[in-house]
Amino acid sequence: MNADAINDIAARHPDAFRPSLWKRYATPIGILLCILYTFYCAWFFSVGAVLEKANWNLAGAYLADWVSYEIRPDIEFKDNHLTINYSRFSKLGSNPNPDWVTKQMAVIERRVDAAPAPVIATNKSSQDSFMAPGAPTAENPAAPSGQSVPAASEIVRENAVVAATVALGNGQIAITPNLVTVTRGAESVTFDIAKNSSVTPRTPLPDWIEQRRPGSTAYVSFGFLGRAEVQNDEVIAWRRFFGWANFVFDTNSPFWGKPISEVASLIVSGARIDPSRSNAALAWDNILNNAEWQHGDVWLKLLQTIVMAFVGTVLASIVAFPLAFLAARNVTPSRIANQVTKRFFDFQRSVDMLIWALFFTRGFGPGPLAGMSAIFFTDTGTLGKLYSEALENIDDKQREGIRSVGAAPAMVQRYGVLPQVLPVFLSQSLYFWESNTRSATIIGAVGAGGIGLKLWEAMRTNTNWANVFYMVLLILVVVFVFDNISSYLRRKLMGGSPNGNDERRAHVLPAAQIA
Amino acid sequence: MSATDVYRAPALSPEGATVERHWRDLTARRRLYTIGGLVFLLLALSGSLWFANETNAGKFFDRLPHVADFFTELKPRDWFDPVRALFDLPSPYDDGSLKFDYPEGRVYLTQSIYIPEYFHRMIETLNIALFSTLVGSTFGFLLCFLAAGNITTSRWLRFTTRRFLEIVRAFPEIVIAGFFLAIFSLGPIPAILAVSIHTVGALGKMFFEVVENADMKPEEGLRAVGANWVERVWFGIVPQVLPNFMSYFLLRFEINVRASTILGAVGAGGIGESLRLSIGQGHEAKTIAIVFLLFCTIVAVDQFSAWLRHRLVGRQAFAYGRGE
Repeated sequence: MNADAINDIAARHPDAFRPSLWKRYATPIGILLCILYTFYCAWFFSVGAVLEKANWNLAGAYLADWVSYEIRPDIEFKDNHLTINYSRFSKLGSNPNPDWVTKQMAVIERRVDAAPAPVIATNKSSQDSFMAPGAPTAENPAAPSGQSVPAASEIVRENAVVAATVALGNGQIAITPNLVTVTRGAESVTFDIAKNSSVTPRTPLPDWIEQRRPGSTAYVSFGFLGRAEVQNDEVIAWRRFFGWANFVFDTNSPFWGKPISEVASLIVSGARIDPSRSNAALAWDNILNNAEWQHGDVWLKLLQTIVMAFVGTVLASIVAFPLAFLAARNVTPSRIANQVTKRFFDFQRSVDMLIWALFFTRGFGPGPLAGMSAIFFTDTGTLGKLYSEALENIDDKQREGIRSVGAAPAMVQRYGVLPQVLPVFLSQSLYFWESNTRSATIIGAVGAGGIGLKLWEAMRTNTNWANVFYMVLLILVVVFVFDNISSYLRRKLMGGSPNGNDERRAHVLPAAQIA
Repeated sequence: MSATDVYRAPALSPEGATVERHWRDLTARRRLYTIGGLVFLLLALSGSLWFANETNAGKFFDRLPHVADFFTELKPRDWFDPVRALFDLPSPYDDGSLKFDYPEGRVYLTQSIYIPEYFHRMIETLNIALFSTLVGSTFGFLLCFLAAGNITTSRWLRFTTRRFLEIVRAFPEIVIAGFFLAIFSLGPIPAILAVSIHTVGALGKMFFEVVENADMKPEEGLRAVGANWVERVWFGIVPQVLPNFMSYFLLRFEINVRASTILGAVGAGGIGESLRLSIGQGHEAKTIAIVFLLFCTIVAVDQFSAWLRHRLVGRQAFAYGRGE
């Protein structure tokens, strides 16, 4: 191809070879605008400041909490012995004695004052149960050893812990009343404890121990598996375990801590634990009322969410169905009726689901009624609009055929219109049912009830991310199941249709499938 | 045919009779299925309604009259009051309470020009929606080519990308928002992250479906002249799919405006929060002003996006379908 030929082609197709400036620079201009907008948003939301203030360590800990839990023994220094406490709602039950905390006992002498100080468990984070503070939870830990009944001021001799070793990950903490040795891997640091005044390391600190001021608390990190604080009056250790603690039975249950085989044999053939009911009933009741996981309540709330989506969508479909015939201009010849119905649909879906949800929460009180009303109101508009569009797209020949044999108007709709649009209608409704299952979770959080509210409350306490994950998994399962049911039914509806107007349906369907 | 004549079907041949019988069987079975389905639906519906009513805080029939009460309580002192609330003008009823502190919250641009509070909040919500749609679609754009079967030949890569998009899409927005709220404390950033992450999944899926339906001839042409993967995608596929991508982008923006309003109501800032507060505290004029503003904005966004989509893809433009 020579230059002339090229010039000739260029002259014949000016739009391809010399596109307008706008066409030529549309992409870079678009990208530039996007970048500028990004900068604007970074300024508008002051992203930098927020990111700086963010607590990233917290993020790691919260994420770890989704799939693991911590147990925290507090080892307090007494004059010549130690006391070991566990947090009040310990996952180990009321009388914990884990094998990773080894105790060395000895008979000691100690002076007891006339009025003995009551046992005070050191509970800094006792809010372990994520919602109801009044819910039944593990009882207080038993009094630590060494606090036997004292009389007047005298010297008592008793058996007490004189040294303890906490095993954590690849390390351990060896504790005596005035000496703490922390070992991680091959490295080891010994701290001298001056009670209630200072913590002094004997050797320079490695990078996994942090001490902000000389003599102050030392923060020891054992990686994912644990951490510890060596304070001047106690050592607090956190040991992390994978999994969900006490998922089936909580610590109050008689089945707690028993292996599956034993629980099974108890249920099948064991003697009644509670004389008033069978062991199976007791076990089921214990599972439902598990204080930490609240299975019964979670399932109830999940069912509420499902019901909200289901009833909302069905009612919306039922109401939108006749209205759509009124709104379709090829079915109802009155322009006023068309316009009024269409504007009504627009109004319904333009008032956000949030607004309806807040209104109805005020009206009905929190619960599924509010949520389902909100879904019903919004979706009447959306489904009505989609239905009427489907009606306006029908093939007129079928209708003419029915009309030509002298059928009554109702019969024309029944046999001429309905067979064409019914699969589309049903498929739209199914799609919205599925999508509403997700929406119902979100509007639940603003007070419309269901699992959304429970999820939100669990998240706001920041302590029970494992429960959050549990509920998320349940929601994902439900969404997945409904997705599949709905798409199976839709495929059956659309695929098996003998009407052969696939082209139009292909046009109508993606409309709803965007989400 | 006179009225007295009774129409008789011509006698059927044995084969015809068999066909007729089969047809009747089929019709009867179909009717049975339909009726069975309807009965099942009715039972499920009434069961659900009963359950919902039982577990609700207030019972339906007890509360029904009060629903209307709430709407009548919304009547402001005079009908110009919502306008004052909307534009932050001082109210004649100002008694120092929160209810009538309209001029509070003005955002001054200069000494005398200000943006009224709710407009500013609305802009914040719109910005959350637009920015997260932008972020989400950028990542969705990058990922969709890896998920499309006709572009990416590595089955493993395609599988991973698709599963990733699915998980990201199905994960409830509220959980992502709640998690980031815990890290960033209250503010719009958690909402942006939540909506963006969800948008990546939702748009990624729509995008790769568009890519899979693209005409492969330009790509083949480029392959024939030795273009590499990026060039083939950029010059062969992207120009075809870009209008559809834009259309989905706009549709998603509509959905995200609603989503960011709702997330606002649970603590992520924006107009949603103002609305929840004003409804909760019973400030009628403010509520009316916000609802009106929100309504107008959503209508405007929908109309604008529909107009632009029709310009971009004409007949193919997708109708509005609200999503999760």
